Amino acid sequence: MGVTTVLPRTAAARPFSIFGFSSAQAVAFLLLLAAIVLAPLGIYPVFLMKVLCFALFACAFNLLIGFVGLLSFGHAAYFGMGSYVSAWTAKTLGVTPEIAILLGGLTGGLLGAAFGALAIRRQGLYFAMITLALAQMNYFFCLQAPFTGGEDGIQQVPRGDLFGLISLRSDMAMYAVTAVVFLFFFLLIHRVVHSPFGQVLKAIRENEPRATSLGYRTDDYKLIAFVLSTFIAGIAGGTKALVFGIATLTDVNYAQSGEVVLMNLLGGMGTIFGPVIGAGIIQWTENALAGYGSWVTVTQGLIFVACVLAFRRGVVGEIAALIKRPL
Amino acid sequence: MISIFGVPGPLLFGQLSLGLINGAFYALLSLGLAVIFGMLNIINFAHGALFMLGAFASWMLLVPNTWLAMISPGLSVPDWLSLGYWPALVVAPVLVGAFGLLLERTVIRRLYKLDHLYGLLLTFGMALIIEGLARNAFGSSGMPYRTPDALQGPVNLGFMFMPKYRLWVLLAAGGMCLLTWFLIERTQLGARLRAATENPDLVQAFGVNVPRMISLTYAGGVALAAFAGVLAAPIYSVNPNMGSNFIITVFAVVVIGGMGSILGSIVTGFGLGIVEGLTKVFYPQASATVIFVVMVIVLLARPAGLFGKAA
Repeated sequence: MGVTTVLPRTAAARPFSIFGFSSAQAVAFLLLLAAIVLAPLGIYPVFLMKVLCFALFACAFNLLIGFVGLLSFGHAAYFGMGSYVSAWTAKTLGVTPEIAILLGGLTGGLLGAAFGALAIRRQGLYFAMITLALAQMNYFFCLQAPFTGGEDGIQQVPRGDLFGLISLRSDMAMYAVTAVVFLFFFLLIHRVVHSPFGQVLKAIRENEPRATSLGYRTDDYKLIAFVLSTFIAGIAGGTKALVFGIATLTDVNYAQSGEVVLMNLLGGMGTIFGPVIGAGIIQWTENALAGYGSWVTVTQGLIFVACVLAFRRGVVGEIAALIKRPL
Repeated sequence: MISIFGVPGPLLFGQLSLGLINGAFYALLSLGLAVIFGMLNIINFAHGALFMLGAFASWMLLVPNTWLAMISPGLSVPDWLSLGYWPALVVAPVLVGAFGLLLERTVIRRLYKLDHLYGLLLTFGMALIIEGLARNAFGSSGMPYRTPDALQGPVNLGFMFMPKYRLWVLLAAGGMCLLTWFLIERTQLGARLRAATENPDLVQAFGVNVPRMISLTYAGGVALAAFAGVLAAPIYSVNPNMGSNFIITVFAVVVIGGMGSILGSIVTGFGLGIVEGLTKVFYPQASATVIFVVMVIVLLARPAGLFGKAA
């Protein structure tokens, strides 16, 4: 999409770089790290874990919208299936949490490979509609399949013992695991985006015919990015299932797909920290408005409209424009 | 009793007629989406919400005193202001169409110079607002809408008994589709519309007021959705979620048909309704997903869609 990071990145603008972070990004990352470490002192850890799971989900989505220019409007399918498989394996097969989360990610990635291969046959708006329709198909599948528990979902999923050794029953232990998972994949996405592979993705975003004419098989690149994104979405879903001990139809519903779009739009598509901030704000408003029923939906709609009309760079995008450095 | 492939005739025809009804709604909605997309280059995600609004408008016109009392006790209007089904069939689409005009003039218009994906995001947000407000005002359980007296009861078609109302919906929706097709493909207005779809700048240079045409196109597409909503009101209960259940399936219909041709949208809509109806008879478990499965097959075999031009 047109107005993502279009800030000039001349050599003079980034004299400093650690792990691909510019100085401004390094500062932002340290702030994020400090927030993750210090926040549980003042904020309910379960809420923080929710934010981290959705932040990871949003970052996975951002990999596509921000760096390849693909609007996947059905990302809840991979998040939700990850959540179901993670919950089912942890509860029924009794696997350890790290395996359950990994299986959730693999499920998301496999589903993403199948859906992605279909969807990249069309571009632009059609791509968005196809991913949405495929996710809806997945929703109906989950509604009817026996293992998902239909309307009840999978409940009372045990968190289990990490590596079979460390009990995650306490919220702080689970928080530590969630934070590590989040940071690992957050940095992985950052690394991917700043790799030669990531540069090709950006080339596709800016001008796909040109990338093709340079000899890149753009469809292959798009599919790899799609699978990576859906794998991480599955990881986020799986982690969330273990945090709350529950996997339900809400996770695969189209409303969830819309919400992750909103987090990116609000935080700043194509920025590295935007999805995290967006996820934080959206989860916070949901918490604050929890007692007001459908006003949550109305508020989200209003944020959507306001962002599209007047605030397309998002919170982090605006800050980046203000300090004239990419974030 | 006739039996076809081991299925009793009445069951088969009953499901087929239900499938055709759904197909009629798919056709009307995808037609509106296609017309709007042609002119505005946006996918109108709010289409489902506006369909729902059409159904609610007809319900509100039917029993104004019921919901006025919900807003504030004692508030009421004289009885002659409560419009029955037939006037609502015209008034509700006009009202909702006017609302669409307002949306286009105030909000959607600002997006034409941006990436088309923003149009999808904006209309998604509008759909959330409209549906959320409707849920707040009326709850999610839904309101019954009585079938008009003239259309109560069944009619004997020779091979089956069909509720009169279903037959009417088929005729009305089919007629409206043909009318739209005629308007776009066979009139001067339609010729200008098609020309403006191809090259708006050139048409504007010829002295046609293209921005006004764009506004009216959006209003027209929205009015079509509202018309479908009024037709749907007596069949489904009038509830805030009725549109979002439909719209995603309609997206699949649009992908299958391709948005290139008006007639293509109509044929695909009705055809997929029949496919869905048949699936309900022969393999009911798949009836919710069959349209998406068809979409997958079409994407594999003919990515541009059945009637689409390769893009």
